[in-house]
Amino acid sequence: MEHQTFGGEVTIPHHAPTDESKKRIWKTTIILSVITMFELALGYWIYNMHQSGEYNHTLVLALKGVIIILSLAKAFYIVSIFMHLGDEIRNLIMTIVAPLMIFIWFIIAFLYEGASWKNLRNEYNPKEPVKYEQTTTPSHEGGLK
Amino acid sequence: MAQAAAVNTKWWSGGKSPFNVEYGKLMMWYFLMSDTFTFGAFLIAYGTVRMSSISWPDPNHVFNSFPGAGHMHLPLVFVSLMTFILIVSSVTMVLAVHEGHHGNKKGVVKWMFWTIIGGLAFLSCQAWEWNHLHHQGAWWGRNPFPNADGTVATTNFSNFFFTITGFHGFHVFSGVIINLIALIMAQTGVFEKRGHYLMIEKVGLYWHFVDLVWVFVFLFFYLV
Repeated sequence: MEHQTFGGEVTIPHHAPTDESKKRIWKTTIILSVITMFELALGYWIYNMHQSGEYNHTLVLALKGVIIILSLAKAFYIVSIFMHLGDEIRNLIMTIVAPLMIFIWFIIAFLYEGASWKNLRNEYNPKEPVKYEQTTTPSHEGGLK
Repeated sequence: MAQAAAVNTKWWSGGKSPFNVEYGKLMMWYFLMSDTFTFGAFLIAYGTVRMSSISWPDPNHVFNSFPGAGHMHLPLVFVSLMTFILIVSSVTMVLAVHEGHHGNKKGVVKWMFWTIIGGLAFLSCQAWEWNHLHHQGAWWGRNPFPNADGTVATTNFSNFFFTITGFHGFHVFSGVIINLIALIMAQTGVFEKRGHYLMIEKVGLYWHFVDLVWVFVFLFFYLV
């Protein structure tokens, strides 16, 4: 097979304009649209639960988790098919995907921090304010009250 | 789109580009990776503040309008339209790249044109939404929407909304400009003279990234 070089890239020339890759584009389009519609359906489900008052916390959390996983699937299809990253060689894929692994830590650490901040704030009781001026005379047992 | 010549090719033995990709495209990938961290940091900051808040405005009661629908309560409808517009413009972009692989100038110009139309349609939708929210009294430092539990909300909600959708909208805007330049270059035969349409692929990578970011903005601001 004859190889062409475009700016350093070794590519194998395609044949007819209506080949496999065009079919793949349409298939991906349909997948993305269906996932989006499914996400919307779940979004309306959550909304209706809010409206009717039969609000199940565990179910809503599970639905939100499903929506997030579906969005990650969408991201995979866009990057792999539309951006053709799936067609590049492994070395290149790894230099782009591996650094993104830091997001796993990034998301867990920061959301945990946010939740912790909320819990600490909830425990703080403003009706019994901490009397900072007492810290200057720490002779009594128990310190501040 | 590059294809490996054979499975056992030794990419690192010297004499060839180990990533088998043109310089500009590789740099575009690395730029997009850094941009991923920028958007990721924005969205994670938003998530952190939202997690630390006892309550938060309900997006279904904030984003419930549609142009020309008056005061009807239509949660999620308008933003779904925006999402659909961006997905379609991503498809027209990938079709332009596809035509570029075959060196079909007419096809590239046609699909680039529709991609630009999609981008402009999205920007118009966003302009309408921002304008609408501004009229309701929302802006940086101002938030008229109460929390879901009925308490008065902080301005965090509008600050994050306008900053992140604004940053994304700026990406869409610059994407439209870049697409327009690529369209003019394709039309005037610059790429034809070069013998390849790699620039369309690089522009396409940026445009798909913009669509990709919207997937997550849509997810975290409107759905979850």
